[in-house]
Amino acid sequence: MSAFATLERMEEPHPAPPPSSGRQRGRLTPYILLLPGMLWLALFFLVPMIFLVSQSLQTGSVEDGYSVTWAFSTYADAISTYWVQFVRSFAYAFLATAAALLIAYPLAYAIAFKAGKWKNILLVLVIAPFFTSFLIRTLAWQTILQSDGLVVTVLDKLGIIQVLQWLQFIPNDQLIHSPVAVVTGLTYNFLPFMTLPLYASLERLDPRLLEAGGDLYATPWTAFRKITFPLSLPGVVAGTLLTFIPAAGDYINSHLLGSTKTTMIGQVIDGQFLRVLNYPVAAALSVTLMASIVVLVAVYIRRAGTEELV
Amino acid sequence: MALDTSSPSRVSAKSAAPVFQKSRNPLVWIREHIISIMAFFAFVYLLLPNAVVILFSFNKPNGRFNYQWSAFSLDAWKNICGAPGICESLTLSLKIAFLSTLMATILGTMIAFALIRHRFWGRSGTNLIIFLPMATPEVVMGSSLLTLFVNIGIPLGFWTILIAHIMFCVSFVVVTVKARLASLDPRLEQAAADLYATEAQTFWRITFPLVAPGIGAAALLSFSLSFDDYIITNFNASPASVTFPMYVWGSATRGTPVQINVIGTIMFLLAVVIVGVGQLISMSRRRALK
Amino acid sequence: MSQQATENDGQSAGGDLKLTRVTKDFGGFKAVDDIDLTIPQGSFFALLGPSGCGKTTTLRMVAGLEHPTAGSIHIGSQDITGTKPYKRPVNTVFQSYALFPHMDIFENVAFGLRRRRSKSVKQQVDDILELVELTALAKRRPQQLSGGQQQRVALARAIVNRPGVLLLDEPLGALDLKLRRQMQVELKQIQTEVGLTFVHVTHDQEEAMTMADTIAVMNSGRIEQLGAPVELYDAPRTTFVANFLGQSNLVKGTVTSTTGDRLTVDLHGTTGSVLRSRAAVSSGQILVGIRPEKLHVITDTEPHPELDVVPGGVIIDASFIGVSTQYLVRMPWGQELVVFEQNRESTRVLSKGTKVALGWNPEHSFGLSADQDAAAGAMVDAEAVAS
Repeated sequence: MSAFATLERMEEPHPAPPPSSGRQRGRLTPYILLLPGMLWLALFFLVPMIFLVSQSLQTGSVEDGYSVTWAFSTYADAISTYWVQFVRSFAYAFLATAAALLIAYPLAYAIAFKAGKWKNILLVLVIAPFFTSFLIRTLAWQTILQSDGLVVTVLDKLGIIQVLQWLQFIPNDQLIHSPVAVVTGLTYNFLPFMTLPLYASLERLDPRLLEAGGDLYATPWTAFRKITFPLSLPGVVAGTLLTFIPAAGDYINSHLLGSTKTTMIGQVIDGQFLRVLNYPVAAALSVTLMASIVVLVAVYIRRAGTEELV
Repeated sequence: MALDTSSPSRVSAKSAAPVFQKSRNPLVWIREHIISIMAFFAFVYLLLPNAVVILFSFNKPNGRFNYQWSAFSLDAWKNICGAPGICESLTLSLKIAFLSTLMATILGTMIAFALIRHRFWGRSGTNLIIFLPMATPEVVMGSSLLTLFVNIGIPLGFWTILIAHIMFCVSFVVVTVKARLASLDPRLEQAAADLYATEAQTFWRITFPLVAPGIGAAALLSFSLSFDDYIITNFNASPASVTFPMYVWGSATRGTPVQINVIGTIMFLLAVVIVGVGQLISMSRRRALK
Repeated sequence: MSQQATENDGQSAGGDLKLTRVTKDFGGFKAVDDIDLTIPQGSFFALLGPSGCGKTTTLRMVAGLEHPTAGSIHIGSQDITGTKPYKRPVNTVFQSYALFPHMDIFENVAFGLRRRRSKSVKQQVDDILELVELTALAKRRPQQLSGGQQQRVALARAIVNRPGVLLLDEPLGALDLKLRRQMQVELKQIQTEVGLTFVHVTHDQEEAMTMADTIAVMNSGRIEQLGAPVELYDAPRTTFVANFLGQSNLVKGTVTSTTGDRLTVDLHGTTGSVLRSRAAVSSGQILVGIRPEKLHVITDTEPHPELDVVPGGVIIDASFIGVSTQYLVRMPWGQELVVFEQNRESTRVLSKGTKVALGWNPEHSFGLSADQDAAAGAMVDAEAVAS
């Protein structure tokens, strides 16, 4: 939660003074304003979650109906059957987040510090892909990574295909329908989510701090390590969270760019809900996914240090 | 001990090279501009799929799938609704996006005002509930809504999709409007009251115009989130209600018509135009300052 | 500039501004503590005090942006204590100007007039823009103006409504020194020309003394002293006022006798006197106050019967400022006194270590009760602490 507060705070240019205490009337006003929206969220977010948890503890079938039996064994079954997909999802999400960070950081840095008058145009170019259908764009990766396409041909000549095959990152000598393709797609899809918070954070950086560092004998790399990066941490935390969380639950990239060997937990849940119609198992998997993400995020935020987030 | 008072190497890449080394040694040049080079490749990575989409909208594929280039053709552009079902799905998506944006913007803006302008009990709880949908994977949200609808007995289709979209858009609207509202100086409203404006007049003449850009941005964000959504929609749809993303998903197995690329290109250009115009407006306003 | 007759509802109806027993309590913290104040119509009044003394809160209560916890506020016979800000004949020039960024200058200035459905809006706005010399900038946005120009827009926007009372909340704080001096003169001129009651809140005592007819010095929510600038400066009644307005040397002493119109005071062994009319107490412990510019630095051994003289001082610091020389003199009882010697006849700068005596005309000294904190109101680096 604090990461998101960070994201909000980064968007505020000036802290505003607290509201004047002169208003005596309208004590009900906030509640009236809140009611419709919060009611909506309560009905269609919180209540479904409760239903989900309850469903995970039910047994029965679609024909005969379900009843709550507190069958915790459903969880055990579900996790033991699908733990591979769980691990794989988190692994892919982690890889995609790391890759996105490595790619987005120089990008955000360049826009913030080196762009000058091109800054706004470059920002448009970062944001614009986000507003177009990402399904279509993901499909485009099929074209890009196809076996006799330009990219594969070049990488083959450079020997990278062979390396990837040796490392077992790709099943045979094709890039498409492989873990590499899936992670590439994941990284790509969430790149704007990583770039924008980073940019917002870096843009706030006072360049005079770097000058002061240089004045105090820091080399450019040291200045980055000791000044720029630590001060950009709120952006890093926000960006990594905004990337990791949806990536862990994504399955579009896996479906379009992967194979049966790259199945992620999202696909399993989708299948269990919509085709197998095994609602308790599906619900159990959902709850487990949600819970593990919450735990991971909580640990991450704690370790990232709340001081930087405040 | 005499201190070296000459300034040591500065951070900016431009002045990193000592003055006497004007040689354009390629390795040195790369090292100086490494950030910009990496950024360039990042942009390539980011925009390559868009370029492919645009390019392949002019393709005339051999077969059902549009992954390989074969011949240049304007057929798809001349016949955008040629693929069966595509325009129906587009219409449905637009309808849902428009309605859900409308509702989510209204609900979300009200919440944002309550959070920023008032102190009340339960504020942090409210913030938490607003934040949760943004931190929840779509799979979980979609599947939980499905569970709700199935258990209550609401038939899946247009209305369930709409309900779901409004739900996940509200949080984004709240955050966007909150950010704008928080940076609004409350002293402006005090000044308005000081200058004989009633509460209603102050709101419509001062507060609303200044918050409007934030509300506009929130609406835009909400629209694109709704239009582009697949996972949550898929969980709550019926065979009769096929949205555009669902159509594209299905086409990945059925066969990808070129019209998909055409629509993708139009969307991209629209996005560039809208965002670009917005930037141009603020830039020209800034230029008027000089 | 012609005085336009305003057409509506007695907005500029006059009357003195009167605060009666006004208190503002912020949940235990009393920002304004039971103050009584009468500001005559048409005067230039200053509320002076350090930050946190409650002057801005008082101003906001008059504007209607804060509600008093107790007490009442009147303009003439009209009780405005509970009235909404948009119904009061009061306008404010905010410290941060609070100009509406999405309107141009013309619309900013016209805002109040439009809300009151005034006729001849254009004429009134044009006239006031001419007064503040901003006619050429009428179509610009506030962000495009300099600080000084924004300040004048804020002023125009308030004045054009001809309020019964105009409130100014540290309006010159954001300006640089030269501009501030210029604006002080201009504000005073405008006030005289337009004839409105100005209530000016500031922490700058020089500004207050330059501009105001009457000053109220506030400290910790209370009014320390009220009066004309000369009166406050020459005859302060509390140590806070003595130290806050200019600088004072406060020397502790004991009243030994009273003769006629004078008090005889024993100052660490030397005898001095204070006029009874300028003394807050007439017996017991007393703080004798002498302004630094009233002290003479005596280097000779001749008698000075017209002055009270205290010998045994040593110069420990001397700064030549051009117009005057500033000395810091340590007296035998340990206190360091500040002396401003105007370089009128000659430019002499005595060196450190010189042994001097200090003398002053007893009619220029004042006496304060010794019960108070002798350092109250002083700036941190003034070092005028009584021992």
